[in-house]
This record gives sequence, C-alpha cells and structure tokens, in this order.
Amino acid sequence: MIKIEHLVKNYGSHCAVDDISFEVEAGEIVGLLGPNGAGKSTTMNILTGYLSSTSGKVSVAGIDILGDPIGAKRLIGYLPEQPPLYLDMTVEEYLNFNYELKGCKLDRAKHLADVCETVKIHDVYRKVIRTLSKGYRQRVGIAQALIGNPKVIIFDEPTVGLDPKQIIEIRNLIRGLGKDHTVILSTHILQEVQAVCDRIVIINKGKIVANEKTENITRVVSAGRRLHVKVAGPQRDVLATIKSLQGISYAEALAEREGDAYTYLVESDHGVDIRKKLFFALAERGWAIIGMEALGMSLEDIFISVVDQSEKSKLGQAPARTPRRARAKERALPEEEIGASLYEDAQRQRSEAPPAQEDEE
Amino acid sequence: MQAIYRKEMRSYFINPIGYVYLGIFLVFSALLCCYTTIIAGTYSTTSYFTYLMFSFVILIPLLTMRLFAEERKLRTEQLLLTAPVTITGMVLGKYFAALTMFVGGILLSCINFIPLYVISFAENADTENVRASLMHIGPVTGQIIGSVLALILLGAALIAVGTFISALSENQLSAAVISVGTIAGMVLLNILNLLKDSDGQPLIAFYPVRLVIDWVSVVSRFGAFGNGVFDYASLLYYASLAFVFLFLTVRVYEKRRWG
Repeated sequence: MIKIEHLVKNYGSHCAVDDISFEVEAGEIVGLLGPNGAGKSTTMNILTGYLSSTSGKVSVAGIDILGDPIGAKRLIGYLPEQPPLYLDMTVEEYLNFNYELKGCKLDRAKHLADVCETVKIHDVYRKVIRTLSKGYRQRVGIAQALIGNPKVIIFDEPTVGLDPKQIIEIRNLIRGLGKDHTVILSTHILQEVQAVCDRIVIINKGKIVANEKTENITRVVSAGRRLHVKVAGPQRDVLATIKSLQGISYAEALAEREGDAYTYLVESDHGVDIRKKLFFALAERGWAIIGMEALGMSLEDIFISVVDQSEKSKLGQAPARTPRRARAKERALPEEEIGASLYEDAQRQRSEAPPAQEDEE
Repeated sequence: MQAIYRKEMRSYFINPIGYVYLGIFLVFSALLCCYTTIIAGTYSTTSYFTYLMFSFVILIPLLTMRLFAEERKLRTEQLLLTAPVTITGMVLGKYFAALTMFVGGILLSCINFIPLYVISFAENADTENVRASLMHIGPVTGQIIGSVLALILLGAALIAVGTFISALSENQLSAAVISVGTIAGMVLLNILNLLKDSDGQPLIAFYPVRLVIDWVSVVSRFGAFGNGVFDYASLLYYASLAFVFLFLTVRVYEKRRWG
C-alpha cells in the first residue's frame, strides 16, 4: 500500500532521514518507534506531502507523492503531532470544512455522523474547539483524518499528552481503524506499539534499526529482564545472594527502603526469566520478597536487544554484550543521549561482523 | 480552493476582524466624503478618492495579516498542505477572500455618494435657469465609476502584497507592521516627485528617475481612471503586480517544503 524507497531528507548539513526504505501492506497497522528527533515526524511529513524529500521515492497505492501529489493526498488522512485545529470554529464547522477541503463525494450528513460515532465526539459537536479538553481535541483531530474515508491513515504521536484512560481509548480506536484502513503511527512508547501495531519499524538517528513483526520484537524484549525486587532482610546478604544466582548479570541495592525491606535492581542475562529462581533462593534463606515488578524496557534497551538479536540470528552465536556496569552508569544520562550512544556501540559491534553477512539485512 | 475561500470568509466574521475592517472603513470613508465634498462645497470626488487611498495603508494589512501567519502559528497549514489542494489553490482561496472583503467594503461605501446626488437633484430642480443654460451640476458619474474601479484594482494589488508578507511571517502582528511599512512606501513613493527645493525646482532633478518613480508608483496610475477613462495600461499594471506577489507567495510555500 505504501512504499518508501531510499528516502533521504537533509536540513542543510543535518541529515534528518538517512536512506529509509520500508513497505506497508494494505490493512496493516505499522508503528514507527524511535526517540524524539529520530526522524519519525519528518518521515511522516514527507509521506503526507507536507515536506519534500531530498531524494528517494514515496508511493501510496502506486501513486507517486511527487508525481501526483493531489491524487496521493486524496488517499491519506493525517493527524500531525499537533492536531491542526481552528480553535475558533465549532466541531461541526471544522468537520464540514474538512469535508469540503478534501472534496468528498460521500453523503455528507451520514459520513460526518459516522465519523463522530467512531471517535465519540457527538456530545461536543456544536461546541467551539477552543473550549474542548486535550482529549477531545485529539479526537477531533482524528475525526479530521478519517473524513473522506482515506485508505491510509497516518497518526503522529496520537496519544501524547493524554491521560491513561484516554490513551487506552485512542489505542482501541486505532486498533479498530486497522480493520478497514492501513495505519501508520509514530510513538516513542514501546507499550503503545506493542498494544496496537502488527509491525514495528524502529528508527534512530534517521536510520531504520529494525523492521519486524510485533511478536518478534516482543519476544526479543520480553519482560523479566530487569526487575525491581523488594526484599525484607539484611541488605548486604540479600544482595550477595542475588548476585550469586546463575543468570544474573547485574544487581544493585537502591536507596529505597520500607522498614527492614530494601529494593534491589536486578538484571538477568538475555532470554533468562530469573523471577522463580530468585523467589526460591530468597525464600530458602528466610527472606520474604514483598514486592517484585518487571520494568518495561526503555528505548535504549530495545535498540540493544533488537540489534543483539539480529546479530545473533545472523551469526548463529551468542550476542556480544555491552558491559552491564557501564550501562548502569550511563542510565543517569537522558534517554535520547544514552539511546544514541548505546545504539552506536551496537552498530560498531555489528560492523565488526563478517561483511558478507551484512547483505542479509 | 472554494473550501478555503469559504473558510476564510467565515473566519472574517467569526473573529471581530471583519467587522472591525468594515466598521473603520465605512466610518472613515463617510467622514471623508462629508468633508471633501459637502462641507468643502464641491461635487468633485477627486480628493475623496485620493485621501481614501491612504487609508489602505492601515486597512489592507488588517485584512491580510492573518491569512498565512496565523495558520503557521497554529500549525493548521499542515492540514491545508496535506489536503488534496494545490498550493496555488490555497493561496488564491485566501487571496480572493480578502479581496471579497475589500470589494464589499468599497461597494458599501458607495452609499456615501447618495447625498451628493440628492443635493444635486434638489439644486437642479431649484434653479431652472441653470438647467436652461445646459450646465451640469452634480457629481460626475463616470469619474466615480472609474475611481471605484481603480480603487478596487489598486486594492487587489496591495492585498497581494499583504498576502505575500503574511506568508513570510509567523506572527500576525509583525506581518501587519511590515505590510503597513511596505504599502506606505508604495503609496507614498510618488510624493518624492512632488517635493520641491527652495527654488521651486523638483528635488529629484534627474528627469528619468522621476519618470521611473512615476511609472512604478501605484498612485500615479490612478489618474486616468479618476478622469473616467478606462486605462488598459494601468489595468495591466495592477493585475501584473497582483500576479507577481501571488506567484511569490506560492513560491514561498514551495520553498518551505523543500527547506
């Protein structure tokens, strides 16, 4: 449905998108995942014809976005990062304007009613957009993208700034749209793409790091690798016990304390679920685990995991790992920076692989 | 393009700006008409139209400042640029909306001439002897129509200038200020030609320079129309001025896509 070939976008000397290629099948929900500034929005803006690419080709349903921009734009509904709302219009006026703008041929009253039904904005239909809450504004933005029933719908960070309940609603909504539409959405939250998308394209620094089915990525980044464990017992002994377990790559006592219980950060080796083992080992010594929480992976972990994983499958051997201690120190850095630096590490390791293998990517 | 045109027209009247524009323009033109004709005791509308032209310096930026600057600030231009509409269509939709407001104001202001015709009717009825001598007393309809037409053409050109400046700016206030400056410069340009030094000689002594200024000036083009003559050269001049600035506006948006 959507075909992106060797897309490059330079802003002066800065390269925002560096040779990205991927395809999206009809009816697929694809998530673009990456830290802020990775090139997600730029890619989407090129895809929707808002920006032009420096080089490369983008086509939607076989229509080149540069060759026939109007024809391609007709097939796309787009919700930019900041919903493009005219604050002084009512929802009704706004949707009618969009209906006219997109030159729809559908039955107007019925179509607008359908769209409002889908995104549930009936009760604010006659209100001025300025008075709406963030959640409703986002929905009006989504409604705008749905007008004209476009084959392809593109959402740029659709859940940013919403509360948890709204996030779940929007995710369900997008999930539902996937039945009749091809959807691309961008986000920097892994859980979001896991919850919604069929396929995940991970972008960092303008390059594609991974392009996999969601279940494959989920397997790679399965939970249980990093845990917060709260144990009632003497801190030093508990820590020593944890460290002595097989499959633990890193453990550290955190400052958090509740009575005689301390919290520990535990990381296990790749593909090892340490939780049961940890439970029995501590129970044997008479120390009670009063809390255990699997930590979600941050983006930098995902980059490492994903790159590790593809390395592993290519070379058929155990992945080279970044020393855990070094990583723990780096964790204090801001997410993007660390993500980038770790990603570079991983890239370096990767490039050390035999060159003949590179072609498989 | 029609959708954008309708949206802009609606936005003039959802916001106070449309009413403010029409209000100021109508009040100003009515007062001006009163002072330059009835109070001055003449049927000649020449000075009315000349002074009215200067009000455009303030009023046209009022119409054009929002057009693009506001869209850029609110990021709604993303909606327009990703919709199946050409950039030219978008620019023209907005331009014609501003032009419609302008022409509407001008046409409404034509009620100012009614008192002149009423007075002239009364005067002609009173003084039978004047009629007998075949002298005409009253406003010259040809001049008025020509001048109104010229005002509209001048406005069409200046609105294109304002549109272009709005497209360059992200802030409607700065768009307004720059537009006022630019339009003032264009309107006042031929005053340079009228300046005299102490000996009564033109300040710009070199005749070709005066000729060029006269040729470029948007105001001096007004002359023939003011005499009720349909001047094709001036028509072409105003039309091409509008075309050039609208073309530049489209280029600004094309350029931004590639930026």
